[in-house]
Amino acid sequence: MKSECLKLDHRVICDIIEFGSSVLDLGSGDGELLSLLSEKRSVKGQGIEIKEEAIYKCVERGLSVFHSDIDTGLSEYPDKSFDYVILNQSLQEAKNVIFVIDEALRVGKKVIVGFPNFAYVRARTRLFFKGKTPVTKSLPYRWYNTPNLHFLSISDFIDFCRDKNIKIIKALYLSKDKVIKFLPNLFALNAVFVIEKAD
Amino acid sequence: MAVPGVNVTGLTKEERLIIMQEDSVGLVETRYFHFAQSPKELVLESGQKIGPITIAYETYGQLNKEKSNAILIEHALSGDAHAAGFHKGAKEPGWWDSMIGPGKAFDTTKYFVICSNIIGGCRGSTGPSSINPKTDKPYALDFPILTISDMVKAQKYLIDYLGIEKLLSVVGGSMGGQQVLEWVALYPEKLASAIPIATTLKHSPQQIAFNEVGRQAVMADSAWQGGNYYGYGQPKSGLAVARMIGHITYMSDQSMEEKFSRKLKEKKENFKFTTDFEVEGYLKYRGDNFVRRFDANSYLYITKAMDYFDLSGGKFIPSGKSIDTKFLVISFKSDWLYPSYQSQDIVRQLKMKRIDATYCEIKSTYGHDAFLLEVKEETHLLKHFLKKVSSNI
Repeated sequence: MKSECLKLDHRVICDIIEFGSSVLDLGSGDGELLSLLSEKRSVKGQGIEIKEEAIYKCVERGLSVFHSDIDTGLSEYPDKSFDYVILNQSLQEAKNVIFVIDEALRVGKKVIVGFPNFAYVRARTRLFFKGKTPVTKSLPYRWYNTPNLHFLSISDFIDFCRDKNIKIIKALYLSKDKVIKFLPNLFALNAVFVIEKAD
Repeated sequence: MAVPGVNVTGLTKEERLIIMQEDSVGLVETRYFHFAQSPKELVLESGQKIGPITIAYETYGQLNKEKSNAILIEHALSGDAHAAGFHKGAKEPGWWDSMIGPGKAFDTTKYFVICSNIIGGCRGSTGPSSINPKTDKPYALDFPILTISDMVKAQKYLIDYLGIEKLLSVVGGSMGGQQVLEWVALYPEKLASAIPIATTLKHSPQQIAFNEVGRQAVMADSAWQGGNYYGYGQPKSGLAVARMIGHITYMSDQSMEEKFSRKLKEKKENFKFTTDFEVEGYLKYRGDNFVRRFDANSYLYITKAMDYFDLSGGKFIPSGKSIDTKFLVISFKSDWLYPSYQSQDIVRQLKMKRIDATYCEIKSTYGHDAFLLEVKEETHLLKHFLKKVSSNI
């Protein structure tokens, strides 16, 4: 019952992660994903989160979490400290994206990045026909209250990885309720990438 | 709730009401543990020896059969063993009563809570005001200089005496937090978890400076007499000034504004050097109060121990050593005496060692005092954290 209601991106990430992995969740929010991973995958999890209220929720769920922003949170960790570093729905809020990705790739053997697709068809039509800033299911905010600092599409991220010599191991494109394959940059609301440092 | 060892029939109505309070540990008594008799004196960090030693302590709740539910509470500079409940005849409860009791953060229906007075103190444990067996007079400045490590080593004797192999947690704020960190450095295998609150791995020059001003105030008082004032009366004004400075550093600009603003004690200024402002009255009250219950020499010894405290540079968790102690680190946003960056330094050490930890900076306007006042937030964090730690044993 509980697992049916879970967000699709959480389910997809849960399927990617192997049993017993060590996981660092950057921008862990109220700990929903980490808690799922602990329960279903018995991960050794650590969260980093900036909102104080969210820290209380994480502790209530029995999770370990550091109260910090994700832009400064990683320098102490030795290389390859975690099997996975997760940046789910948090990368677009980071101040210094390149630094955060570099650090994530350094301390994690693999990095999972999940983000809303700005080139989703409804975002395009809203911008093209109405001339207004896109508001979609994955980008639900208005221009004046969005926490997002960066707006990117699936194609943007693929270009970014190519330019930065980052290897994409896996890419999953999500509509409202399922994983899709057809024209993802047009029809996907969210994307989940698994990336690692190229040799 | 019934308290072992207390005869309920002899109590006043008021005392019976205290015992009836559902979330109070009720009437409690301080107990005393004696050790380090000659020739087994405790060897201190300075190389000097001290003995015999008495440690005053209190316990609340019951130790379980497995002896796995013991939590050690470390008090701050001016605290004592009386952390919760009421002493017979007292109107005020122990110093952390808001956190210790049935259903509270340290739930005494689940946990066995221990609090002891540090050595060097003046609240029942051996300190400079105790009688030196060699001279039959108070030690005064013959008392050896102590460190936080000496305090923790002495306390370990008490924990061993109580038969506890491994503590569920050790917790404390401020200087209590220094002791928590020292426990980690000395006996990590004895700790399932550690909760340092509003504390630091090393005293900063600012912290040392405030302590030094306090010590100078005591020593500049002619009544101090090189520490030999026993039998003549405390250096009251010096110690009161030290305490007043302390209290300023425990508050924040905002909390002082909220508490006192520029309010006057009487309706108008007196145009004399009298207590015009409420903030002056408050500091005076705090100073006077402190002088009645605290020994000036103890103040010197304890603040010096805090200043010597330095677990930086790999002394906290030596390299190559792996520990399975879980951490909950807490700091407060407006605390400028033990600023959050100091707690973040602790967290940084834990990250380097990949130690399971949680850190929260509580948004509070109370300054350093927050660790005694932000009960709701701390309770939430501590309760769930302790639940997790107990379930992992």
